[in-house]
Amino acid sequence: MVEHCLRYRDDEPVGDPAVTVDAFAVQGNATAVRIEPGDDARALLPALDRIALIEINFPAYGDGRGYSAARILREHGYAGELRAVGDVLIDQLSHMRRCGFDAFAPDKPITQAAADKALATWPEVYQKTVDGRSPIWALRHGR
Amino acid sequence: MKILTGNDLGSGHVVWWDGQGWSRHVNDAVDVGDAADTILAAEEAARRVNASYAISATKGADGTVRPDHIKDRIRALGPTVRPDLALQPSDPQSGNWVI
Amino acid sequence: MYQYDQYDQAMVDARVEEFRGQVARRMAGEITEDQFKPLRLKNGLYLQLHAYMLRVAIPYGTLNGRQMRMLGDIADKYDRGYGHFTTRQNIQYNWIKLEDAPQILADLATVEMHAIQTSGNCIRNISSDHFAGAAADELVDPRPYAELLRQWSSFHPEFDYLPRKFKIAVIASDTDRAAMRLHDIGIQIVKNETGEIGARFYVGGGMGRTPMIAPVIREFVPVLQMVSYAEACLRVYNRYGRRDNKYKARIKILVHEIGADEYRRQVEEEFAHILTLGLEPPQAEFERIAGFFADPGLERGLADGYDRSDPDFAVWADQNTTPHKQAGYKAVVISLKPAGGIPGDATADQIRLMAELAEVYSLDELRVTHTQNIVLPHVKQSDLYALWQKLDAAGLATANLDLIGDIIACPGLDYCSLANARSIPLAQKISARFAEPERQRTLGELKLKISGCINACGHHHAGNIGILGVDRKGTENYQLLLGGSEAADTSLAQIVGPGFSEDGIVDAIETVTNVYLAQRAEGERFLDTYRRVGMAPFKEAIYG
Repeated sequence: MVEHCLRYRDDEPVGDPAVTVDAFAVQGNATAVRIEPGDDARALLPALDRIALIEINFPAYGDGRGYSAARILREHGYAGELRAVGDVLIDQLSHMRRCGFDAFAPDKPITQAAADKALATWPEVYQKTVDGRSPIWALRHGR
Repeated sequence: MKILTGNDLGSGHVVWWDGQGWSRHVNDAVDVGDAADTILAAEEAARRVNASYAISATKGADGTVRPDHIKDRIRALGPTVRPDLALQPSDPQSGNWVI
Repeated sequence: MYQYDQYDQAMVDARVEEFRGQVARRMAGEITEDQFKPLRLKNGLYLQLHAYMLRVAIPYGTLNGRQMRMLGDIADKYDRGYGHFTTRQNIQYNWIKLEDAPQILADLATVEMHAIQTSGNCIRNISSDHFAGAAADELVDPRPYAELLRQWSSFHPEFDYLPRKFKIAVIASDTDRAAMRLHDIGIQIVKNETGEIGARFYVGGGMGRTPMIAPVIREFVPVLQMVSYAEACLRVYNRYGRRDNKYKARIKILVHEIGADEYRRQVEEEFAHILTLGLEPPQAEFERIAGFFADPGLERGLADGYDRSDPDFAVWADQNTTPHKQAGYKAVVISLKPAGGIPGDATADQIRLMAELAEVYSLDELRVTHTQNIVLPHVKQSDLYALWQKLDAAGLATANLDLIGDIIACPGLDYCSLANARSIPLAQKISARFAEPERQRTLGELKLKISGCINACGHHHAGNIGILGVDRKGTENYQLLLGGSEAADTSLAQIVGPGFSEDGIVDAIETVTNVYLAQRAEGERFLDTYRRVGMAPFKEAIYG
């Protein structure tokens, strides 16, 4: 496991190295996959229940495809670790969490304290996503 | 001549490398020759300048410095349509050299 | 108009604190300019030619007197006494300091304003019809839909790093007063055969390097699925929009390259999935928002008609007021295009005056148009004369709405680091050449738009006469285009021929207007004559 990984899960981290999406398609026993920005996360949907770790790579934090990939995986019931790796600053943590990430392995280490503070940026949220938070429109109408 | 320009990080003021620091007046700009990259790297790292770059300029016989590109001349002067907001608004001729 | 509840306020306040932290980290060197730039852009802060520039959001162009007054005060306190109203219904300040920016955002937050997502590769300010709530021809007020989408798009966690900027416009009339089809998503609120209200989605319009008119992607989306459909449109774009080339990264390129049919197919697939997720706000939320726009307090039973005996007033009333759905009222357009002036600029004093006039004469509401003017939407006809006198005293009563003097111009090379040429001096010269009011009225409706570079912030592609500033071997040069239209009959202006110097293009425009006057049939506007006779007579007259 990456040393400076921030993790928001209770279970044990997966020790296996993550394979590419292409490799995963042919390796029957892989439990960890890495998604690159150009990969289609939906390719993993048939196998979600046997994956324990999905890494989504952010080679440059401005490439936001990984946010859609993460949400799609969670929307289809993926319950394993979803880890953002690469060019991740504290400024992205909150939105990443809302898209379903529960672990972060940034190139430049982030302290737990800075991460916890960043994750608390938004007192409320406007949109319903996969993080279970009630959106403002639900709070307004007693849902 | 090759001169350096950029903006002050906190204030946004347009600035010109005068050999030791950053001046708001283009006529203080000095020729940095081949040292542009070295100077800029050090100044950016120390946050004494932001968004800096090197440009070509021509030194006039009267010692004034005229950036070769109109964009930098406008940066040096201020918006041509608001002479009252120019760096030296008291000089009514200050806009004439920009175009 | 919409008013924040404690949730909206909490979000804006949280954003201020987030940005405050980001500025502190930049000033302390904890993040580089490359890392900081996308973050400050998401708060509307550019580094421009002379200083930082702040673009403050005016959601769908609507604001009240208190907010307008704050905009004037910010101009005085943090800038150099003026602001610039833009072609996306926002306001820009040109002389901002980074170190002041967090406090400016904090000040704005006290009056329910912000600079959220006014730049950056995210969903930008949602624009709308500047006569919304006043126009007789609207199906419904489009702004509740715009507000619903504004909240949906604010801090949207999935769409904060799109391939490029994303602009949405919402209208609710067949007359398009928001250049809707030239947006990434344009929405027209419509009624279907069974009388149900819904949203027609146009996706893939835009200007810039490759102007395109958005095709219809879905004829009808029920109102209670509008957010889900928008989500589907954005997700397909986020996943498949080009990221290899900044100049091919807008959704218009994606729709064009894969085709509207394929884009639609992918959106429908995503939409079907998203509908299962329960993301849509309930009807009660839409009704809550719509309630803020229901009735601004218009008086019933007033008669049409007012004293027109002052001839100067009558000219202004004829040109700069438009019919209102409520008898006895007019919508008033305050021109920010005085002859020889800087289009869209207003001093702090003028801004504060307009705030006061809105409070006294327009049920405390103003609008910013995408043509850089200000609207007082609900003025009693019996108040028009008093209003005009006050506007006239402040230089705000130029009677040139939609005439050649009502020029749209981007800030250009005088202010903008992206520009290739200055646009404002050209606007001033054209304005001065055609300053004579009778001459302007003779020419009639003639929408002239100037952009200082291909990014087209002046919307030159949509000008009846469009001008594009270019850099020709280090010298400013101007291309002339004819025949654009931003209305429902959207068309893109075509280039006439080789470019001109600044003085040369002013002469060329005069030639163009002379050709029009010689060729026009009864009742034809410039655009009508151009569409009838074509480019040839104009080209011939200019180039011989």
